[in-house]
Amino acid sequence: MSGTDRKKHLGSLALIAPLLVFIAVFFLWPLATMMSQAVSDTAVLKLLPQTAAASRGWDPETPPTAEMKAALAADLQAVDDRQALGDMTRRLNSAQAGFRTLMSRTTRALRSEQVPDLGEIDERWDDPRYWQAIVGALSPTTDRYLLAAVDLERDVSGEIVAMPETASANRAIMLRTFWVAALVTVACLAIGFPYAMLIASTDGWKRQVLLAAVLLPLWTSLLVRTAAWFIILQDNGLINTILVGLGLTGGPVPLIFNRTGVVIAMTHVLLPFMVLPIYSVLVSIPDNLMRAAASLGAHPMRAFLRVLLPLSLRGIASGSLLVFMTAIGYYITPALIGGAGDQMISSVIAFYATGSANWGMAGALGIVLLIVTILLYAIYGRLSSAEERRG
Amino acid sequence: MFQGLRLSFGVLAVVFLIAPLVAILPLAFTSSLFLTYPIPQLSLRWFDELFTAASWKRAIFNSLVIGGGTTLLATVLGTMAALGLRSWRLPFKGTVRTLFLLPMVVPAVVMGVGMQVLFVRLGIASSYLGVIVAHTVVAIPFVVVSVIGGLGGIDQRVELAAASLGASPLTVFRRVTLPLAMPGILSGAVLAFATSLDEVVLTLFVAGPNQRTLARQMFATIRENISPAIAAAAFLFIVGTILLAAIGLLIRARIKARRGV
Repeated sequence: MSGTDRKKHLGSLALIAPLLVFIAVFFLWPLATMMSQAVSDTAVLKLLPQTAAASRGWDPETPPTAEMKAALAADLQAVDDRQALGDMTRRLNSAQAGFRTLMSRTTRALRSEQVPDLGEIDERWDDPRYWQAIVGALSPTTDRYLLAAVDLERDVSGEIVAMPETASANRAIMLRTFWVAALVTVACLAIGFPYAMLIASTDGWKRQVLLAAVLLPLWTSLLVRTAAWFIILQDNGLINTILVGLGLTGGPVPLIFNRTGVVIAMTHVLLPFMVLPIYSVLVSIPDNLMRAAASLGAHPMRAFLRVLLPLSLRGIASGSLLVFMTAIGYYITPALIGGAGDQMISSVIAFYATGSANWGMAGALGIVLLIVTILLYAIYGRLSSAEERRG
Repeated sequence: MFQGLRLSFGVLAVVFLIAPLVAILPLAFTSSLFLTYPIPQLSLRWFDELFTAASWKRAIFNSLVIGGGTTLLATVLGTMAALGLRSWRLPFKGTVRTLFLLPMVVPAVVMGVGMQVLFVRLGIASSYLGVIVAHTVVAIPFVVVSVIGGLGGIDQRVELAAASLGASPLTVFRRVTLPLAMPGILSGAVLAFATSLDEVVLTLFVAGPNQRTLARQMFATIRENISPAIAAAAFLFIVGTILLAAIGLLIRARIKARRGV
């Protein structure tokens, strides 16, 4: 590398560096924080700091030391958050049966003036198994949020097992997210593909109007579009007023706060992402190909199936991926148009993070959503770079 | 028959795409308390509410402050990076560019959770700075794409010619590169502002009650007490969009005109 080249090189680096730092600090670091929330668990550590210090270096096979017992007694006396204590007991009980009765007996005994040795309150406190459970819960890292995100948990012996049906909800929410996204993708494809063909087959002002009809919603605020669908779909909204006015239905058809409304509104919002990639592929197909097929005697339907469809497959794949990928992360439209049964994974993440301050679960579900999105984006990127090479 | 089918499909699809945007506009001028048709009487009361009610006034002010800050920060950072990427020949170039575009792909809720926790630690939660930074992250891809696009059209021989005539690198940049790149930079800035204006999800996570933006206020109003003030705000948004689109088209026309010369 010559001197001027190196200088130029350093200059470019200096221009890129500020954004690189910005993205690292305010984009990558938050993502890393979100992920570390999913595996960090300091709830028990915060309740039992002295026990954590005293049990450092303890051999789990040996009986607990007197210091550990004294530290635990002091920690338990200092606890004033009954909710946190209950959570901890429940957790310890799932790791080692019998903790519930042990804890209630112990906290009752500790309320007296004179603090006896824990072993005197209950002989189970001399059993290493109970202490193993405590030390396990004191660890600042955990996989239980990640497991819970896919409806798994660890049983008493530490094996990974499926959660009971009644407690499992996340897998159902993920399936629902994928299902709604798939419905929206199919609806977008059903409208978007013929629409893109229509644009490609017209010219002049007609093409301009058709294109403008796709671009105008794309440029309009998402909130405005969602509010607009709210107005149209509500019980005394435009559609129902027309339906009832024409006497087609006796009363208003439920279109809002249900799946139908969510799919309609999301299809409208995401339709441009389907039309534009397909359109850009279609206009690059020379139109004499179809004429050639026709002149060779192919029925228009056959020419479409054997010539146009295979050639536009790449645009269809790009558009579908783009729509599906955007749909699974959607928050605003389902939150405003959907009912309780239509909330997708983003709403659940937002609920955990802002509603119940459970950042562990929010992070774990966030990781799932992030992985799926990045995978889909990687496939999309490969498709479109292949496209570029071809072009 | 086929022609008729084509025509009716085209009309129906255009109606589906455009009707919602048209349907909301007249409701901005309703005198009723409800967002429903028919409109009993035309009135400007909801615009009045928008510009006098404390919560809406505050939201409009916040949106302008945060949108302005985001536009400035994203345009400066994005333009510099796009200029750097242009002459940078390294295998990492593709990776870096993908990294800059990634905020467009990652679901906002996922970023929001991380920002909420991290911003508290950094001490910028519930502050204007925090919201501006969050909005800048999602606005960056639009600026980078649009400036790279604008720079791609510059004939590098023009810059070489200026340099060969004795212009210093700084002069070449100031007098040749920057003016040629300006349309791309401006449309990037417009997109950054529009992104910030419409951002809700990150705002939900990082903003405090004092940083409620117009979009956030609209979100809350649709959710809690749907009032025609929404339609009035939507009217402003749509008029604003048309204005921005007109500016964008003007910029594009200028690029075209310049290319023609």
